[in-house]
Amino acid sequence: MDSRRVIDGLSTVLLWAAGFFIMGLLVFFLAYILGQGLPVLSLEFILSPSKEFEAGGGVGPQLFNTFYILFLSLLFSVPVGVGAGVYLAEYARPSRLTNLIRLSTECLATVPSIVIGLFGLIILVNIMGLGFTILGGAAALALLNLPVLVRVTEESLRAVPQTYREASLALGATRWQTVRRAVLPPALLGLVTGLTLVSGRAIGEAAVLIYTAGVSVSRHFPDLNPFVAGETLSVHLWYVRAEGLRPDADEIAAGTAALLILVVLAFNLLIGVPARIYQRRLLGKH
Amino acid sequence: MANKITVRNLNLFYGDTQALREVDLDIEQQQISALIGPSGCGKSTFLRVLNRMNDLIEGVRVDGQVLLDDEDVHGPEVDVVHLRKRVGMVFQRPNPFPMSVYDNVAYGPRIHGLKNKRRLDEIVENSLRDAALWEEVHDRLFRSALGLSGGQQQRLCIARLLAVEPEVLLMDEPSSALDPISTLKIEELLQELKKNYTIVIVTHNMQQAARVSDVTAFFLNGEIVESGKTDTLFTRPKDKRTEDYITGRFG
Amino acid sequence: MSLPGRLSNKKEYALDRFFGYVFVVSAVLVSLVIFSIIVFVAKQGLQTFGDIGFLEFHLGTDWDPPYRFGALPFILGSLGVTFLAVVLGAPLGLAGAIFMAKIAPPRVRELMRPATDLFVGIPSVVYGWVGLTILVPFVAERTGGFGFGLLVAGVLLAVMILPTVISISEDALRAVPRRLEMASYALGATRWQTIFRVLIPAALPGLVTAVILGMARAIGETMAVAMLIGNVPQIAKSLLEPTSTLTAEIILNMGQTPFGSTWNNALFYMALTLLLVSMFLIILIRFVVQRRTYDG
Repeated sequence: MDSRRVIDGLSTVLLWAAGFFIMGLLVFFLAYILGQGLPVLSLEFILSPSKEFEAGGGVGPQLFNTFYILFLSLLFSVPVGVGAGVYLAEYARPSRLTNLIRLSTECLATVPSIVIGLFGLIILVNIMGLGFTILGGAAALALLNLPVLVRVTEESLRAVPQTYREASLALGATRWQTVRRAVLPPALLGLVTGLTLVSGRAIGEAAVLIYTAGVSVSRHFPDLNPFVAGETLSVHLWYVRAEGLRPDADEIAAGTAALLILVVLAFNLLIGVPARIYQRRLLGKH
Repeated sequence: MANKITVRNLNLFYGDTQALREVDLDIEQQQISALIGPSGCGKSTFLRVLNRMNDLIEGVRVDGQVLLDDEDVHGPEVDVVHLRKRVGMVFQRPNPFPMSVYDNVAYGPRIHGLKNKRRLDEIVENSLRDAALWEEVHDRLFRSALGLSGGQQQRLCIARLLAVEPEVLLMDEPSSALDPISTLKIEELLQELKKNYTIVIVTHNMQQAARVSDVTAFFLNGEIVESGKTDTLFTRPKDKRTEDYITGRFG
Repeated sequence: MSLPGRLSNKKEYALDRFFGYVFVVSAVLVSLVIFSIIVFVAKQGLQTFGDIGFLEFHLGTDWDPPYRFGALPFILGSLGVTFLAVVLGAPLGLAGAIFMAKIAPPRVRELMRPATDLFVGIPSVVYGWVGLTILVPFVAERTGGFGFGLLVAGVLLAVMILPTVISISEDALRAVPRRLEMASYALGATRWQTIFRVLIPAALPGLVTAVILGMARAIGETMAVAMLIGNVPQIAKSLLEPTSTLTAEIILNMGQTPFGSTWNNALFYMALTLLLVSMFLIILIRFVVQRRTYDG
């Protein structure tokens, strides 16, 4: 047989194998995490406060802090990130400034999260003297979200056909009216998808938060005060393993890991699905 | 008849290349003026000068005079946004927004500050009637405009334009993406519209130009070779190049 | 001219200008953030060299603060895990991307897209925890050691960089015009020849970008590595010996060292190193992509 046919066949087999191996890995990870963690998950575990030295504590405050910090960080980063994305997609003309902003966004996107955490530590804890706070954690996390938001916004706006802009401007709309009424609505699905991506990453982030939001939780639960320390689920998973004071650390870790995965999945479903329905309506499919 | 738009010595450059050369043209009120010529001859570029859509393109430079009712559209006092409200444009491909039929037509009035629901309903209905689309869409006003056929979409774009009460309609090959029946409908519509509007239409379909327009200008390599009454231009062209083009010897 | 809407337009113009400024300011703010990060981390980190020699820090192998600050073990550790992650993860990721872009039937592809997104959704502490509870005991049992070290950290990092490598290289492969492929098939090439001789060369800048970004992710990864590397400040003599990395050292000791002390400053200097490396990689990518446009 022709040797190039053999090579072709062989490569096909290998590439299929790679595809399956990758999918297998994912299935394995999810199955393992949920398999270990789901038996630990109970309403009590999810809602009750953690204990320091004894078994039987839950992760209620950590779960709450996770959402609270995520919410605050989006509050900081969405306006700036989306604003910068709109600038790059709709306003920027090729110039030094534009180039600099693009480069900055790319750099910020690759800065290791630990470095952002340390930056937060210098500014918020050491210079401003706030100590470890939920607010500080959220601010540092916002910096991590920022470049992703910029990129996602720019990409989803660029995906909007140029004809919409022309049509709107030709009707005598201002630039801002065009952006708000003709460009942003069809770009919304992309933006929301990006937002779930950012949120998923923020929920799982620990390195940024350990030295900004800290590894302890308030004695009150739920505590809305943003000036107290606020350990999140991810940080908890790390800390439970690292200090090892609790006798049931293994179960807590397994439960926390599973809970984290479920939260990320839920986020994708809760935000992603309505956005997709909206998009279908926009495109006139029923 | 009075001139709506008067163009004198118009030159346009994309960076270093000159796209329009010393163009002179009179566009009369309530007439249909057709711009014909082979692709790349500058007719679409010229159209986009009239409502300054070329401003959106990087590195475009214009000199010469373009008067709209005796006011230079490139003058320092001119407000581009307002100019585009007065001189509206229909594009080559139908480009309705991904919104309902109603919202498409109401887009213009809304951005110009109209909020009154009853007034909006009125404008939407009138504009759709004027665009000969009302009968076909009145029962699906609140469904997405993207569900309409190509020809309906283009008439919707015309209705959307009429809703802002422009004085001049610029049409950039408005039926080139449509089937013959839709094209015919658009052409009939143009005859109705010219009672109230000044229309400039770019087309590379000479039959269309001959059928619909009162005045025709023939563009070649960024210059106007010949312009005049459509009948005269098509039956007794003065320039050899015009004759070659309209008899299909090139283009 | 007394056309309707003239008055409300005044307001619209004001809004238009206002939002124009808002967007520029947002964009400039993003630049300011990265500059402040560089300035503040550098200012803190460079104080290290008031107390320690530059060479001693970079080439010294003895890390025993507050007496000796030889950071070479961490530097080598970071390079080691990154190297392993790229060597294991990049080929698999590229193969996966080729599979998704050109081989997989549409239905399989539709399944794999969201699946690779899920890989990103798994938090790095969870990756670390999986490694800690499966990989470490597994390796320990087979080798009789502790299990911690470059091998487990590298293997796990390879999985973690997969989604980065896959998604960027898949985009690059799909961006290659169909007509190039068609030309190759029309000359009688097999699918593999088309992939190997046409598709991969045409998509090369994108593929290189994908691998470099994977590398950036690996060298900056903190939590999972800190859980698996063993955290012993020594140069590993084998893949199975516990060692440490820059990121792990920072995360473990930042809390226990007083701000402004030499040890603390040294940790900031490590962060600065990571920052500079990641920025260098971005510039490298720009260079790769730019050369592409030169070739036409």
